[in-house]
Amino acid sequence: MAANTEKLTPRCYKSDIKPVWCPGCGDFSVLASITKALSALSLKREEVAVVSGIGCSSRIPAYLNVYGFHSVHGRALTVATGLKVARPDMTVLVASGDGDGFSIGGNHFLHACRRNLDLTYVVMDNQVYGMTKGQASPTTDPDWEAGKLTPGGTGLNPFQPLVIALASGATFIARCSSGDQDGTADTIAAAIRHPGFAFVQVLSPCVTFRPEQRGWSNLVHPAPVEPTDDPARAARRLLTDDSFFTGVLYHNQHRQPPPSTHRQEAHASVLKEAFKVL
Amino acid sequence: MKNKAGRSISIMIAGSGGAGAMTAGAILLDAAARAGWYGLMERSYGPQIRGGEALAIVRLSNRPVATRADTDQVLVAIDWRKTERFLPELRLTPDSLIIGDSKMGDIPEAFQSLGAHEFQLPLTALARKIANGRPNMIVLGVIAKLIGLPEDITIAALEKALAKKDAAARNSSIEAVRSGMTAAAELPQLHSFPEAPPDPVERWSITGNEAAAYGAVLGGVRFAAGYPITPATEVLEWLATALPELGGVLVQAEDELASVGQIIGASFGGAPAMTATSGPGLALMTECIGLAVAAEVPIVVLDVMRGGPSTGIPTKSEQTDLNMAIYGLHGDAPHLVLAPMSVSDCIFTMQWSVHLAETLQAPAIVLSDQSLGQTRTIIDAVPDVAFATKRKLPEALNESYQRYEDTESGVSPMSIPGTPGGQYTADGLAHNEKGHPSTTASDHVMQLSKRLRKITDFDYGRHWAEIDGHGETAIITWGSVYGTVREAVEEMSDWQDKLRLIGIRLLAPHRPKDLAAALRGVKRILVVEQSQTGQFHDYLRARYDLPGETRSLSEPGPLPISPQTLHDQIAGWN
Repeated sequence: MAANTEKLTPRCYKSDIKPVWCPGCGDFSVLASITKALSALSLKREEVAVVSGIGCSSRIPAYLNVYGFHSVHGRALTVATGLKVARPDMTVLVASGDGDGFSIGGNHFLHACRRNLDLTYVVMDNQVYGMTKGQASPTTDPDWEAGKLTPGGTGLNPFQPLVIALASGATFIARCSSGDQDGTADTIAAAIRHPGFAFVQVLSPCVTFRPEQRGWSNLVHPAPVEPTDDPARAARRLLTDDSFFTGVLYHNQHRQPPPSTHRQEAHASVLKEAFKVL
Repeated sequence: MKNKAGRSISIMIAGSGGAGAMTAGAILLDAAARAGWYGLMERSYGPQIRGGEALAIVRLSNRPVATRADTDQVLVAIDWRKTERFLPELRLTPDSLIIGDSKMGDIPEAFQSLGAHEFQLPLTALARKIANGRPNMIVLGVIAKLIGLPEDITIAALEKALAKKDAAARNSSIEAVRSGMTAAAELPQLHSFPEAPPDPVERWSITGNEAAAYGAVLGGVRFAAGYPITPATEVLEWLATALPELGGVLVQAEDELASVGQIIGASFGGAPAMTATSGPGLALMTECIGLAVAAEVPIVVLDVMRGGPSTGIPTKSEQTDLNMAIYGLHGDAPHLVLAPMSVSDCIFTMQWSVHLAETLQAPAIVLSDQSLGQTRTIIDAVPDVAFATKRKLPEALNESYQRYEDTESGVSPMSIPGTPGGQYTADGLAHNEKGHPSTTASDHVMQLSKRLRKITDFDYGRHWAEIDGHGETAIITWGSVYGTVREAVEEMSDWQDKLRLIGIRLLAPHRPKDLAAALRGVKRILVVEQSQTGQFHDYLRARYDLPGETRSLSEPGPLPISPQTLHDQIAGWN
């Protein structure tokens, strides 16, 4: 992470493309938090890449003036994994939503946590599929009856992403609220600084299909305890909290990312020795 | 058709799992290669991972061979458990020799009915005379003697194969081989073994899977991701150890969706990247291959085809993923589809595929198959071929840089992350030249046209096909079947005057002008492939003008197309 000589303001990290989001969408604030975090860390724009899947929140890369990849639904973590392994010098962020990240991309979430690569995974969670106009997502409460594919509610246990991340091996787990733009920026910056897989759930209201989420800013509250590096304590907290605690909830600095296996480069044709008869 | 025993001999070793049929076959092939022979070994298994029956099929010849022999000369059974399963694969004749172990009882009725010469040897009894002696090593000695392999060379190959075993185990194996050689003195000399080529050049012992992986790294691949799948896994295993030597890396992914996503990410980051899979995996990957088309990210996806559909027959070969490879992507998605025609061509075709993918910033699907991938073959050393593989990078980066610039060739300069001023977002959404999402009709049409033009207008040169002969009857084929067809037609005298053999290496984009030129003067065409529904025939009919009468010889797997079938087709046509 090389520091730039000339200070880049948050604005320097933004592109001139106007977001497609609805007025009042929490994702505007998350976008601002990301640019603030990048600025706070003085990261060079060309040394940052933001990879996303498909969905409202996944539109973020185009709104940034860094390298970006707007891939396909559910696969952001796979593209980011390949990029980070091939280019460990890049700072790689992954932007996703609750449908993209926990439903169609759920398997990759588990294995990205296990791999513990130095990635920052920001999931903007609004408990709904917004781009397809209002279906229940894995984090939707079971009794939400407005879901167009699940009239009467899903009746399903909501997915608990933080607990899953912990159990799967993520080494930095945080929850933020888009209503707290600076706090979210600080947490994302800490996640980028963390040398392993950092998972940040951002509660980011969908004002169109979940207007009641406007009330989230009154429900969130900072976690009353310091981050722990003890998985057992973290599990207890994450399983028993009210889903509105914010802050860094688990931070394990003991488990390092896998070492790079890159060795001295040889010419490919040396490998033919193994084929020779005798 | 004349019996090819004069120039090649086919030996099969059968046994239940753990009996060591494959080990004996592999050592036999290596020993023969050391003695100067060409050859190949196919493996046929029952479905079990361990404990299932196994059949090693070793063909040795004084010239390069690409396919199974039309007839098998020797079958040695270490035991007979479940070996009836292999009956449809055997090509024994009344001239052939079946050898059994006298301890295992009579040769089963089904094998006796083949009418071959039969002989019983005390394989187990001889093995028991040696401490830790094993019947499969007795068998190796028997076959070595039978076909005239020198003892010192056989033992040298054995010592290499058992290098990791302790000296006692090696010595008992050597003793067993010697015992087998002595026992073979009783056997009739049914076949004259062809003489070794006088001045053997450097030989390689290689499978198509190894060759494809090697070709990929020659082409510049430095990142691979993959998920285990038969019969492609060996490609990934080879890359897992080879890539770190070259400053690269392989990641074992959680599934095929992740494999293809990872190689797209790595390639976006500047590392030429590939994955290897088989039909079910390719099916999972098709969405992201479309992403690589739209975002213009070079990747290579190697599909080592197996019998399908669904799980099908993972351990047997078929050419039935052609439709999926060519037509399987959603939207108008121009991409490359290539297929190697021999084990050594796996090297060239993969290297060329990486070169084309990188040059054209597009995905390339390479269709190998189980018979190429898993057959160990003795070939002449393959000389290095150099392609100037280089992505088109921006010459100067300023405010006017456009990642998806509408250039004349259709290939746009690709900025690599880390390059100052080259920031852009790669996108699977329809986009404008800048890469900004756009639903404007003109942007969509411009980008579609650009991506089609770069694929269709590129000069692929002469490598698009292998063309031989100048007769009025053309045989058009592809992939591993090319080797079978070539061997069959080479049996015919003056075949080049009567026939024209065309093997198509570049399947997409199609080359109508090139094929029209290759077919000039042709009056009839036989299309040969290993697919029940004639996928290749359909493809040719859809995309090319074929002169004269066209016939289709299309057979499903798992049994390979026999040269005799092909001869009958051609002979019955004139």
